[in-house]
Amino acid sequence: MTIASLQTLVDRLQARFAGKISGSWIAHGEATIEVAPEQLVETCLALRDEDDFSFEQLSDLCGVDYSAYGRADWETQETTSTGFSRGVSKDVFQKRDPNEKHQLAVVYHLLSLKHNRRLRLRCLLENNPPVIPSVIDIWSSANWYEREAFDLFGILFEGHPDLRRILTDYGFVGHPFRKDFPLEGNVEVRYDPEKQRVIYQPVTITNRVLVPKVIREDNRYTDDVETGDS
Amino acid sequence: MPEIRNMTMNFGPQHPAAHGVLRLVLEMDGEVIERADPHVGLLHRATEKLAESKPYNQSIGYMDRLDYVSMMCNEHAYVRAIEKLLGVTPPLRAQYIRVMYSEITRILNHLLWLGSHGLDIGAMTVFLYCFREREDLMDCYEAVSGTRMHATYFRPGGVYRDLPMFMPQYQPSKWHNEEEVRKLNENRQGSLLDFIESFTERFPSCVDEYETLLTDNRIWKQRTVDIGVVSPERALQLGFTGPMLRGSGIAWDLRKKQPYEVYDQMDFDIPVGTNGDCYDRYLVRIEEMRQSNRIIKQCVDWLRNNPGPVIIDDHKLVPPRREEMKEDMESLIHHFKLFTEGYCVPAGEVYSAIEHPKGEFGIYLISDGANKPYRVKIRAAGFAHLSAMNEMVQGHMLADVVAVIGTQDIVFGEIDR
Repeated sequence: MTIASLQTLVDRLQARFAGKISGSWIAHGEATIEVAPEQLVETCLALRDEDDFSFEQLSDLCGVDYSAYGRADWETQETTSTGFSRGVSKDVFQKRDPNEKHQLAVVYHLLSLKHNRRLRLRCLLENNPPVIPSVIDIWSSANWYEREAFDLFGILFEGHPDLRRILTDYGFVGHPFRKDFPLEGNVEVRYDPEKQRVIYQPVTITNRVLVPKVIREDNRYTDDVETGDS
Repeated sequence: MPEIRNMTMNFGPQHPAAHGVLRLVLEMDGEVIERADPHVGLLHRATEKLAESKPYNQSIGYMDRLDYVSMMCNEHAYVRAIEKLLGVTPPLRAQYIRVMYSEITRILNHLLWLGSHGLDIGAMTVFLYCFREREDLMDCYEAVSGTRMHATYFRPGGVYRDLPMFMPQYQPSKWHNEEEVRKLNENRQGSLLDFIESFTERFPSCVDEYETLLTDNRIWKQRTVDIGVVSPERALQLGFTGPMLRGSGIAWDLRKKQPYEVYDQMDFDIPVGTNGDCYDRYLVRIEEMRQSNRIIKQCVDWLRNNPGPVIIDDHKLVPPRREEMKEDMESLIHHFKLFTEGYCVPAGEVYSAIEHPKGEFGIYLISDGANKPYRVKIRAAGFAHLSAMNEMVQGHMLADVVAVIGTQDIVFGEIDR
């Protein structure tokens, strides 16, 4: 699919939803539009039903937690924290503020078979707990995807008939794909020979970060090459 | 008059026809299904979260373990997502190798599907036949990557290494004497490409064998015709892709409609069903195996005549060769950096979808410019298919649930992730 036809799609979207979409861009040959949760259902209905768009299928729906976006985790206790920073942006070592709001988003991937094109729809959620209207009446495939996003990110989908956990264990506590949820989890199960049953206990393993997350200023991928000495 | 209530039945998770760990809670009226509630997640390993904590290349192996019967296709979507963000195109030879192995994988997947689907609804022999051919394809995997299943063969920028000039051969043992071993090694005398070519020559007749067993079989038809019918409109609504969508009569195949790699150079057809029942989906998949065979043949012909690099020559992304490292300081540094820190991928987000044997397999990758992905979302075809389970089995008999699970080609590695 060519960039030109993507551009006409984005132009049409902007003409049709003037004021309703808060942003749109094309990157890597993919079009993205951003809508507020209040406009979501109306926009989606139009995207499905109107001939210009006719996105018949919801390929994918997922949650994203943006709260650690652009932050490196190369923090060392024993060694100097400056020694490693060569070539790394200076401002990426910020400490997380524990009171900070979750910066969650729901991302929809739509597919139009008629026009043979895809569209990404992003919906940023500000409120806490994050609530967004369900699109299950527009695309049936949203059913499990929304359950998954609820399970993993704690996003509440208003109007979903059966918003249960789907991937995690029965009785699981927390939303594991949020960035503040530890990789190794909070509880582990083991068989307790005294109680003669399987019990939950706090995890005994710790996560060893073997490869820290670093963000390099890579000149190959930036157009402005003047930032050489950060 | 006694009170009549629906019975709730628990199907799985440890049931041979549940294809892994599917727990189905079935509400039944006699032997008729009123409602089916699949409980998934028993194999949930948080692959997406694990991938967020590792450099890009270290997660390729996780992709193999998603849908563990079509390993290289999963890798394909993932490495393509990385390549898209990096703006890298693999060399042409690598693209042909990828297409060839994607199609080998498709046959592998469909063979396992056919075998287990047959076994589930009462055809034992076809299972043994399918595994006979799977063995050869597994050997192709092994010859090229060293492992029979979890290959980690596709890498960002190309493939791990070129096709070998020799096929591994059987050795005499206390189970096979010299004579038998010579017979087994007959088609393994040449290169891997010779072996694959001999397979493609033989394979159509093997598919004929499966068809002899099933296509006109009265029992097979009784078990599959008019079972789990999905209309084209519903199939789209429910997010069906791949053979599930094509079985309902919609000719949608990403290899044709949104060609990637060198699929636009290939000559093949898309089979489409008419009724959207289990039998049509069976026919579609059978024909897909024949078409995949055609594609493999075309790739073999091209690969024979066009030697060349199989991975890009950029040591910021691809490790240098061993020999170079012994003599060249620069190469050693590149190698060290790649294996300790990995490479940084420019910030951005992409969705890369491929035509996986089961349907559309997509990787939604968000990078914030780091050496690890910020978010990886795996769009597994089976997840959407299984969510339609309730709709597909309503009003059917209990035994048909097994047929529907079979026709959906469920693998829990990708559904639970």
